[in-house]
Order: sequence, then C-alpha cells, then structure tokens
Amino acid sequence: MSEPVTMLATPIRIEYEFTAGLAQSRYLKGIAEGRFLGQRCPQCQKVYVPPRGSCPTDGVPTTDEVVLGNTGIVTTYCVVNVPFQGQSIEIPYICAQILLDGANIAFMGLIQEVPTAEIRMGMRVEAVWVDKKDLGPTMASVKYFRPSGEPDAAYETFSEYL
Amino acid sequence: MARSVRPVAVVSFAQSAMVRREERLNDVEMLQPVIADVFEKVGLTKDDMGFVCSGSCDYLVGAPFSFVGALDAVGAWPPMRESHVEMDGAFAMYEAWTQLQEDDIETALVFSFGRSSMSEIGRVLTLQLDPYYVAPLWPDPVALAALQAQALIDSGRYGEADFAAVAGRSRRDARNNPNAQVSGDPSTEELLGDDYVVAPLRRHALPPITDGATAVILAAGDRARELCERPAWITGMDHRIETHALGARDLTSSPTTRRAAVGAGLLEDGGDGSVAVDVAELHAPFAHQELILRDALGLGDGVAVNPSGGALAANAVMVAGLVRIGEAAGRIMDGTARTALAHATSGPCLQQNLVCALAAEPAGDGRR
Repeated sequence: MSEPVTMLATPIRIEYEFTAGLAQSRYLKGIAEGRFLGQRCPQCQKVYVPPRGSCPTDGVPTTDEVVLGNTGIVTTYCVVNVPFQGQSIEIPYICAQILLDGANIAFMGLIQEVPTAEIRMGMRVEAVWVDKKDLGPTMASVKYFRPSGEPDAAYETFSEYL
Repeated sequence: MARSVRPVAVVSFAQSAMVRREERLNDVEMLQPVIADVFEKVGLTKDDMGFVCSGSCDYLVGAPFSFVGALDAVGAWPPMRESHVEMDGAFAMYEAWTQLQEDDIETALVFSFGRSSMSEIGRVLTLQLDPYYVAPLWPDPVALAALQAQALIDSGRYGEADFAAVAGRSRRDARNNPNAQVSGDPSTEELLGDDYVVAPLRRHALPPITDGATAVILAAGDRARELCERPAWITGMDHRIETHALGARDLTSSPTTRRAAVGAGLLEDGGDGSVAVDVAELHAPFAHQELILRDALGLGDGVAVNPSGGALAANAVMVAGLVRIGEAAGRIMDGTARTALAHATSGPCLQQNLVCALAAEPAGDGRR
C-alpha cells in the first residue's frame, strides 16, 4: 500500500457494419464508374454531392439524379504542414473545398500537382482517377484533384458556398 | 417539473416498420418518411414547429454527430430551435414537454432513430457501465438482466413460467401490431422449451435486435384541439435515476418507476396505492422486467399492459421508449382508452425510468 493507482487501461474495440443507404450507394456505384453523381432537391433545386437522400434545407427526398462534371472550383483551402500518425501523403499538402460543376455544395478533396504557394481560391481543378481496372465503390478511386489549366473562376461565382 | 401546468398533448405519432436489420436505407432515409408521416397526419410542416428535439446514440452507428446528420430528414433551414439527448426519444420528449410548459411555443417535434444491427449491441451497451470496475469485465445487457431475473426468482415472487407467460402474451398482442417484429401464439409450455441464452433467461425472455425510427408531435392548449380530434393530454411526466452501482440496488424492485409515477401525478406519495389507467405501455426489454414494473406501479388485472406487444415485440434501442408513449397516446387518440401510462427505461436493469401520464381530458380546467 504505497503508490496510489493513477492510471488504468481498459481496451475497447467495437466493430461496425456500415449501411450506405440508397443515395450513397448510387453515389459510390457512380464513383466505381469514374463519375460523380449528385441528387437534386425537388423544392429548392439545389444539387447535393455526396447525396444523403434528403435535402438538408427542406427535409424532402432528393430523387432526381444529376451527373456532375469532372471539374470544379477550389472555394477555400488549407496547406497541411503538421505530421500526424498514419499520414499517407507527404507534407506539405493541400486540402481544399471543391465545388464540382453543377453542384450546390462543396466537398473536401486533396490537391496535388501544384506547388503549395500557388494554390488560390477560385482555382479550377479536375479529378484524377485511379486506373480503370482499379476503380471501385470507394473514395480511394479518386486519387486527387489537380489544376485543370482553365482560367480562375470569378469570386462571385462561388462566394455563396464559402 | 412533473405535473402539467400548461395543457400539452400528443397530437400525432408515426413509426417505421421495426426490422431485424435495415440494409437498404441510411439513418436519414429511414427517418425521412416517418417525419413526413407524423407531419402529414396533422397537416403541419417543419416550419410550424416551435421546437425540435431528438433522441439517439452515436455509439449505435459508430459515427460521431450522427444526430446532426439526422436533421437532414427534417430540414434545418431557416435556423430552428433544436436540441438532442443521447438517450431514448422518450427523454427527448420530456425536454420538449418542459419547453412547452415554460416557453411561448405552441408545438414541438420529437423523433428518435436507432439501429441496433450495425454492431454487437451487447458490447455497445456495456460501454454505459461504470468504466473502472464493471465495463472492463464486459457484462452484456443479457448477463445483467439474467442476474436481475435470478434475483427475482430467488425472491420467491416469480418463476420462469411467469416470464414465459409475459412473452407469450406479448407475441399474441403483437399480432395486431403491423410494425411488430416478433409475434405469434406460443403456449407457455412451448416457450419453456427454448434454450437458455443466459440462465435463467430463455430466448423468449429477450428482446429482438431491432432497427427503427419514430416521431411524435406535441401541441399546447387550443392548438392541440385544432390539430387533433382527441388529443392525448400529458397530465404529468417525470423521470428518475438509480445508482450506477448495480450491487447497491435491489434489482427485484423499481423504486424510481414508482417515484416517477408519483411525480407524474398517477400515485399519492407514500402508501401502497395502485395506478388506475385503461392502458399501460411498459418499456420492459426483458420479460421479467414487465413483472417488476407492474409490481412497482401496482397495476391490477383491469389494466391492459402492452397491447402493442411491447419491447419484446420490437426493441429498437433509443426508439422503443418513445414508441411506448406513441402507442399509449394512439389509444387515447383513437378513442379506445381514456387514461394511459407510458413508461420508458434506460441503462442496465431498469436503472433510469420515465413515466408519462396521458388522458383524454387535460388536467385541471384545461385552459391557460
């Protein structure tokens, strides 16, 4: 009876089986075909990607499927300089919010093939996919986004998505 | 807060089919039709709601903030007054009822969703136990319920045949519930032929593993009368909690259920009175727990207990308690009952208990 117990390790592990649902299943099957599929709200006409089956604004099912472009706009970004456990990408790298052409919501993506000093809001980018034989229903099918070479988008065209 | 000051009623109730595993739909897709249904029954939309409150548990789906994502099924723009409890939807309804008592709002939406099938529900529920001395032993809810059932047998009050009789009646009642997962007409003898899962609990004394969702709408005063021909008035509501130390509790009784019934105005404080209602929907996931709850409330033979089939017919975790309130309210709204008690539980071995008193007439003069 000398030192008090100050720490106690109680390992916990629980396995889950994820249910993607109808909308996300369609989206992931689209990814396996090398394209981005969104869904449009019948009320506000906004297109969501990845779709979750319901409009987060109106609460109604999003049933219209929309094939989105392979290109989009960097609405905002950050440069990651901090190493962390399990990091698979060499630092520094760019993590960006990307508004795909035809979509009304931005999603997060990795930007490569551009020096970190040159990344900017409004930059036009395109998705780079894995080889066709390696495509699958997983976001790993999209290797990254890179500059498309098109002129930058005007701020007004994406300001409402920041 | 316990007895109703301002008259508030359940005016609409909806639930999904209760299934062993919802393989097609995500949380939002499972909830959205239920939310649409509960609104349609009273001709309202989300924009009419003064408050929205949900009950769910991120551990069930293994996704942080899954309750925020679930709001996609409601639609959260323009910004609304919204809250969430990491508990059964019945406890979310308590928060909504409290808001309606004290605030200048007329209506509230309460919903809950639960998918017990995505992981090992027994392991997930173990994580609610004392993290130092109990959870590391991984006693699952069935093992803990079996300790409780054995204590009940040792008390001499009930035996395994009584557990089987509860399960048999639940399955027979569940035949009239289109949303039930387990139904049938087994005899007590047949049920006693089941194998033990954890002695003394045989298969029939356990709840099914269930995925599902439910929603209710509450409305105050004249708004409730406008929306519903026979509102199910909440005359009182209370919830109480027992210690997390299982060894410090008498597992064969439920003093907090009785205390909550007193708080809800269904019993006098002290004495050995009995709750007199037409219908009682008791959230008893294990068959023997219904017997403990009946005794705690002093329910006589004149009370129809769990006409929906109860949690033995479908037990979506985080949902089954609010379904009890919805089922009890439904019997007042359809005119088959004048008074009802709904009970919801949480935690191991009936640790936390909520009692909701419902009636065809509001308490007092019914006006404010």
